[in-house]
Amino acid sequence: MKQATRKKIVQALGFLALRAALFLVLAVLFLFLYDIGRKGAGAISWEFLSKAPRRGMTEGGIFPAIFGTFLVTVITAVLAVPLGMSAAIYLNEYARQTRLTRLIRLSIRNLSGVPSIVYGLFGVILFVNVMGFGTSVLSAGLTLGLMTLPWTITASEEALKTIPNSYREGALALGATKWQTIRTNVLPYAVPGMLTGTVLGLARAAGETAPILFTGAAFYLPFLPKSLGDQFMALPYHLYIMATQHHAILQVRPLAYGTALVLIVLVLGLNMTAVVVRYRLRRKQR
Amino acid sequence: MSSAENAIKIRARDLDFYYGASRALKKVNLDCYDRKVTAIIGPSGCGKSTFIRTLNRMNDVIAGTRLEGKILLDGEDINAPDVDVVELRRRVGMVFQKPNPFPKSIYDNIAYGLRINGMRDKRKIEDVVGKSLRGAALWDEVKDRLDENAFALSGGQQQRLCIARALAVEPEVILFDEPCSAIDPIATAKVEDLIEHLKKDYTVVIVTHNMQQAARVSDYTAFMMLGELIEFDRTDKIFTNPANKLTEDYITGRFG
Repeated sequence: MKQATRKKIVQALGFLALRAALFLVLAVLFLFLYDIGRKGAGAISWEFLSKAPRRGMTEGGIFPAIFGTFLVTVITAVLAVPLGMSAAIYLNEYARQTRLTRLIRLSIRNLSGVPSIVYGLFGVILFVNVMGFGTSVLSAGLTLGLMTLPWTITASEEALKTIPNSYREGALALGATKWQTIRTNVLPYAVPGMLTGTVLGLARAAGETAPILFTGAAFYLPFLPKSLGDQFMALPYHLYIMATQHHAILQVRPLAYGTALVLIVLVLGLNMTAVVVRYRLRRKQR
Repeated sequence: MSSAENAIKIRARDLDFYYGASRALKKVNLDCYDRKVTAIIGPSGCGKSTFIRTLNRMNDVIAGTRLEGKILLDGEDINAPDVDVVELRRRVGMVFQKPNPFPKSIYDNIAYGLRINGMRDKRKIEDVVGKSLRGAALWDEVKDRLDENAFALSGGQQQRLCIARALAVEPEVILFDEPCSAIDPIATAKVEDLIEHLKKDYTVVIVTHNMQQAARVSDYTAFMMLGELIEFDRTDKIFTNPANKLTEDYITGRFG
């Protein structure tokens, strides 16, 4: 066989393999979404979305869990977004690149790989016990915030790195201070990317169970938390209970699928928001 | 040097510069005359860009650098502890090698320097924007599309935009760091014309590795090699009758 023909065949086979891999991943994802959608759609009703569970969670809705997840995600964001972005700005714009900053950066990367249950137990010690917030939505939100921080910092720093140095030098050469340069000629272009990474981190936090398990999530609460010191219901934890811990597990199966569907739609919604926000901001700059 | 015309604007005295342990400038003594164009030529890596970046302290932002000796601007040491580096950079503007417009409108690019220096008066800003664009010979090409993104301009136009942006903050000195190395010959000719005009109002220092360009635009030329200033004189003297053998070899193209 001629060398040229051989090369072409190898290339065709290579592309085929790559396409197959992509197709496989997408197929699994769609199968998964289809299954949950099909089994969960039946449970979705206005009552399901707006009412509390009744009769030992065999009837009624999941509103307290939706609200709880929303609330705890907001607390997560309040901690993780400003702190994460500030840390990233410091690391990328101010800190000298020394062995210490490299070590800090490496630690942050490693922290993002720590299992979420470890964050959960850490949250119990720090927020529930030492800081005395008790098992509450505040403790849970702060724990999720801690878990999200490494992601926010890393994503924000990556976004800052994409801003060409010539923007910074150009501004400095015109007599801008360092902070003016960052505020007016770096951040406006980095924020879309920072936000995307941050929202993805939040979406992940919203779907976590382990970190809230011991820090504030309740098995069953027919009412909403009235303050940050109250316990709360959350979608992922509720789903876990409905799927594995409930006394009438087969009876509540449709409700579990409904809960899963709501959680997935919520997380996908958050991710879509990130995409839309980035697109809008990018277009505004063009 | 008795006449005002020959006043010295910038004086470098025994200037040494280090990147970590490597020495990029060796005891450089160089004077830039007021409202004249001083060109700095020399082979790549000779320290000419390093030198020009010491004049507005742009090297401050690079970690691990060290400067010894003195640079005097109007007789005052620009590295003295009480000097405000932000104000220094306003007085000593810079145009970079690659055109670096900001991803903003043409108008906002020029207005940027005014706004960060605290100007809020819209009419005044508009005034300066027009004046600066005319000063950079760009006005006629962009006057109808000031709201367009600066990235839509051609490379040569972008470079003149960067010059206009530098003019807007009313500097006394403008540093050009190989301003034409990334643009085409026609655009280069326009920038060179512009530099001729600028010296009426500004002290110009230009780094170039294009010797013809140095000969065309400058009044004085400095030839550097391996971090040392080999020869400095009037441009016509350097190009017709250099005193140093190295200078002669370089400008006649025997190396470089």
